[in-house]
Amino acid sequence: MSADDDMREALDTFVTEARDLVQQLEDGLLELEAHPSAAETVNTVFRAAHTLKGSSGLFGLRHLVQFTHVVETVLGSVREGDLGVSPGLVSSLLPCADHIGAMIEGLAAGRLEPDAAQAAEGARLLAALEPYLPDGQGALATDGADPAGGDPAPERAWRLSLRFGPDSLRNGMDPLSFLRYLASIGTVSRVSTDAAALPAAEEMDPETCYLAFEVELLSGAPKEEIEAVFEFVREDSDIRIVPADHQLDAYVWAIRAMPESDRVGDVLIGSGVVTELEMTEALRIQQEQAARSGTQPVPIGEILVEHGIVPRPIVDAALNRQRKTTESRSQDTTTIRIDAARLDRLIDLVGELVIAQSSTGLRAGAGEAQGEVMRLVDEVRHSALALRMVPIGTTLRRFERVVRDVGVELHKEVSLVITGGDAEMDKALVERISDPLLHLVRNSLDHGIEAPAERQRHGKSGQGTLRLNAYHDAGSIVIEVSDDGRGLDRERILAKAVERGVVAAGAVLSDQEVYDLIFEPGFSTAETVSNLSGRGVGMDVVRRNVTALRGSIEVDTARGVGTTIRIRLPLTLAIIDGFLVGVGSASFIVPLDRVTECVELPPGPLGRDCMNLRGEVLPFIRLRELFDIPGEPARRQNVVIVEQSGQRTGLVVDALLGELQTVIKPLGVLFSRLKCISGSTILGSGEIALILDVGPLVADHSEREHLLRARPAA
Amino acid sequence: MTTRELRRVALDGELTIMTAAESKERLLTALPGSGGLRVDLAGVEEIDTAGLQVLLLTRREAESMSLPFELTAPAPGVAAVLALAGLTTAEEQ
Repeated sequence: MSADDDMREALDTFVTEARDLVQQLEDGLLELEAHPSAAETVNTVFRAAHTLKGSSGLFGLRHLVQFTHVVETVLGSVREGDLGVSPGLVSSLLPCADHIGAMIEGLAAGRLEPDAAQAAEGARLLAALEPYLPDGQGALATDGADPAGGDPAPERAWRLSLRFGPDSLRNGMDPLSFLRYLASIGTVSRVSTDAAALPAAEEMDPETCYLAFEVELLSGAPKEEIEAVFEFVREDSDIRIVPADHQLDAYVWAIRAMPESDRVGDVLIGSGVVTELEMTEALRIQQEQAARSGTQPVPIGEILVEHGIVPRPIVDAALNRQRKTTESRSQDTTTIRIDAARLDRLIDLVGELVIAQSSTGLRAGAGEAQGEVMRLVDEVRHSALALRMVPIGTTLRRFERVVRDVGVELHKEVSLVITGGDAEMDKALVERISDPLLHLVRNSLDHGIEAPAERQRHGKSGQGTLRLNAYHDAGSIVIEVSDDGRGLDRERILAKAVERGVVAAGAVLSDQEVYDLIFEPGFSTAETVSNLSGRGVGMDVVRRNVTALRGSIEVDTARGVGTTIRIRLPLTLAIIDGFLVGVGSASFIVPLDRVTECVELPPGPLGRDCMNLRGEVLPFIRLRELFDIPGEPARRQNVVIVEQSGQRTGLVVDALLGELQTVIKPLGVLFSRLKCISGSTILGSGEIALILDVGPLVADHSEREHLLRARPAA
Repeated sequence: MTTRELRRVALDGELTIMTAAESKERLLTALPGSGGLRVDLAGVEEIDTAGLQVLLLTRREAESMSLPFELTAPAPGVAAVLALAGLTTAEEQ
């Protein structure tokens, strides 16, 4: 197939449409599960599958045609009334929708054919549909599945490094017998013995094991099975099982072809190169290291490489996969669907603007025309920004599937209630908030909502409710994730915090302060690591993501009644209401929502950097000193009081220049590590003003203050 | 190549953790003053990692004294284990 531009363009359109159709398919199936006899829904779902098949055929995408044909056939029987909708049927069909989606994404990434992994997955899914097919109609399915389905477990080559514990011989664990056993699950193609650890003759204890073995094993058994061979010696031995060098490429290919995932760990486990056990161990090491050094956790990939669990090329491939996932997501934001009426409105405004502009040239009424131009510019800007606004409902409704799947997995009954889906926000924001939201939703399902039996014991209905609510509030959008689960356990959080050294033992904390602790790094009260949460990606990451979007997050909870997590975000990232201040020749913008008031700096010498504000002590930061701005301070200085997480701090400046709405221009890569500055903007005069990032600014300062104060005391 | 003769040591029974200390003693004391060792394994019925280690240790010691070290006549099962560790027998050389 020639990939000329026309074709590619058409394919792009197909991909966009197909995504919608897959979404329709999924939504419809979920709907059918709730209302099995909804004829209209059956029709919609059938049509979606039918259209998918038809358009795939236009592009000669044989694999898609074959696959969707079977799905369509099954849905056809449902439509004809030959087949009833059962939970089992929906559960078999939903992954099919996923599979079609994955193949579409493959197309979007330029892969016209499914890879081996996808083909195998497809065959498996079709096999699951077999019971629902009318007799004789499955032929096409098996036909399509044949090439991939025949060979279920291809042999893979592994390199095992076995360094047995010194006491293994005494414990009756003879390494040689393990080698012999390995021959029973595969072919041992090469063994080499490493005797380098043998000590000098007189020190050598004949009953201690000094030998290490390198084994090449060719086996169709999954890695878990090979790992299980060494179950009994795992404790004191160093057993590493890595793919043989000449197979690295195969893994790298397999990983490239894997479905999208945000988590390197999932990609690695999915490829079969790492087992769950190894991943748990690596995560434990990661957390321990982070807790010990008090720094950011080392990336999990690094730990896996460092401990010889996974060769670097494979980790790199997995990281690349993850990056691609993120990239393809951010690429999504490069195209946007817009309500035509909004676009028309904008074009209309621009037209008016041009007319108003030309009328300013006329002598009579120039002043009035100028005013009109200003008004129109303002409106144009508003409606241009509105183009980026999308209702948040689409994103929230995606969680229906998550809630369903997780509920099934955890054996919990949960209904999802979505309100406020009409609230609009910046498309870029919607996309960047969906991951943190997903985490919150999973968290609620996993830890918040109790199992049906436990709920009934507490006199609640067996079915839990998860609410997603969105609303506008004072120039920002608020998204709430609430559950009617068990609520947060204040005592346990506090105990954990003391144990982790986050809080001093015996400290008196308000409830809110205690609950906020869950957002601290490495803080998980989950006692067991489940598949869903408690995997080290915690609430701290959620908070970091939210803060990165200039938002805030808070938690409301009542024991036994439920928990609400509230995320507050600005409507858009592109514009900020700022307060312009001057220090010497430099200008700075303080985000207006942070400013509480402005006062004059009291004259006279001030011993420490704090002042008296209506009887309260207000610490302040001299921006001139902080940024090393040359020149003498103005005779009369002002203090801009900002509030950050309930703490008030003053910023001492020379001049207050007033409010303004500014378009944020991001800083270059060179400055990306800069704290305290979040961006820049260009002023009417053409000068550049830096936008202060109040959070880090205040936090940094109070940290320095602590240090300064600690010194004389010591 | 050497002027002196290889000293012959015959091991028999099992060459395992049960006998490892004894075997180590025998082999290492036989080494000094000899023209090298020829270890006759014909009587060895069983070998494990401990036994293998002792042989490897003896070979290393012999090498450090620049003495030859040979293994002869192992039973097939024993030969297979020796091959794992890269210990070849005299007949094959």
